[in-house]
Amino acid sequence: MIALGLFNYWAVIVLMMVGFYTLIARGNLVKKLIGLNIFQTSVILMYVSFGKVEGGTAPILIEAAEHGAEAAEPILYSNPIPHVLMLTAIVVGVATLALGLSLVVRIKEAFGTVEEDEIQSASL
Amino acid sequence: MISPTEVVDIVLLILLAVTGVAVIRTRNLFAAVMLAGIYSLVSAGLFVVMDAVDVAFTEAAVGAGISTVLMLGTLALVGYQEHEPRHTPLLPLFVVVLTGGILVYGTTDMPPFGHPENPAHQHVAPHYLEESEHEVGHIPNVVTSVLASYRGYDTMGETAVVFTAMVGVLLLLSRGPLPRRVHHNGRWITVRPGTTREELEARMLAESGDEPEPVDGEGARG
Amino acid sequence: MDDRVILRVGAKILIPFILIFALYVQFHGDYGPGGGFQAGVIFAAAFVLYALVFGLGNAIKVLPPKAAYFCGAFGVLLFVGVGYASMALGGEFLNYSVLAHDPTHGQHYGIIGVELGVLITVFGVMVALFYAFAGRRRLDR
Repeated sequence: MIALGLFNYWAVIVLMMVGFYTLIARGNLVKKLIGLNIFQTSVILMYVSFGKVEGGTAPILIEAAEHGAEAAEPILYSNPIPHVLMLTAIVVGVATLALGLSLVVRIKEAFGTVEEDEIQSASL
Repeated sequence: MISPTEVVDIVLLILLAVTGVAVIRTRNLFAAVMLAGIYSLVSAGLFVVMDAVDVAFTEAAVGAGISTVLMLGTLALVGYQEHEPRHTPLLPLFVVVLTGGILVYGTTDMPPFGHPENPAHQHVAPHYLEESEHEVGHIPNVVTSVLASYRGYDTMGETAVVFTAMVGVLLLLSRGPLPRRVHHNGRWITVRPGTTREELEARMLAESGDEPEPVDGEGARG
Repeated sequence: MDDRVILRVGAKILIPFILIFALYVQFHGDYGPGGGFQAGVIFAAAFVLYALVFGLGNAIKVLPPKAAYFCGAFGVLLFVGVGYASMALGGEFLNYSVLAHDPTHGQHYGIIGVELGVLITVFGVMVALFYAFAGRRRLDR
């Protein structure tokens, strides 16, 4: 994948900006949270791309006996640290998403709308 | 030369971009939530391509499963249709292009994608991969041994965060909606929860007919 | 939902397998992809499916919200408890090597303990979140 050079990073940045645009250009609060979710997934993609090693395999150790004939040369594994960090980040992400959604529900009950500009004019 | 893995990588990235743009364009929030679920599932596929099987597993279960269910639950409470945006998209577009440009400029200093000699692979990762067999015992999945043992503090904190988020959601949603006080046309009134602005104005109009005229001094000030 | 026979029968067949799969993911997490976070979410997904097909009232009879809240708190306590147990046995906080005579065995016990804590917390929190959103009534209807 070295042939790709920096392409992977650029593609992930484009995805990140798609999420960022949804976050700042849309007035609907649920849509904003969806944008934030896309942004978050893209950041996770970025971290996982840092951990990829060309020609490597998933960081689950293979025993030399199972490995067989190629045992002479060491097996290359991808970097496990970004995986660990992002694994927990996803679960924390859904918990914070739920917190945001419950705020949206309360805003709907208090103002009767979840559109940003209408909330602003409804506060009187 | 481009290998088959790279082809899969590029195709999935393009699919993600298409899904993301579709999320922006649709006005139907139900469709947007479903597209967000698809986005999560496709990115889980991309995680498998990049060897992060544990992350892919979590993303498929959490991103495509639970968060879609929670968002649908919210939509049932707040409605399915998004309004037309009232301001032009030019300023957000400018901000986004500028931010993206700065980030792309930042990547030019980065080492190439997937090179085994990258700095990220030189610090503690080789230690985890080589020594976990002796230090943690027979746990072939290095992600598990790093998650639970080497970085146990980290995981403990994340568990506490998940618990705290539950407490927050329950504080917000476990009691019913409260009436609120609003300041309207110079006086405070109590409004039932769920009242829209139109209903409020209709009520004000109906009440203002029966109300006595304000005293001179106050009327002049108002 | 009484007329949707295929959904009801299908869900009844699927739910036990989802629960077993969650336990497999939990206890096979040392050897392959998986672990407490994923298993907790899959375990919760079984209850969410039950609530979607058979109604929230029936789901609350199976698993009362208070039990879900208890799980959410108990998992964190179990995780921290493993840390204090290793402290009580003379090691540092969350240093599992002292939990058994052989350090690698101790590590294994510790990892099983904290992964179980993560499973219980994530399961409880996900079910509690679902109950919180699904149990709310819409006002303007």
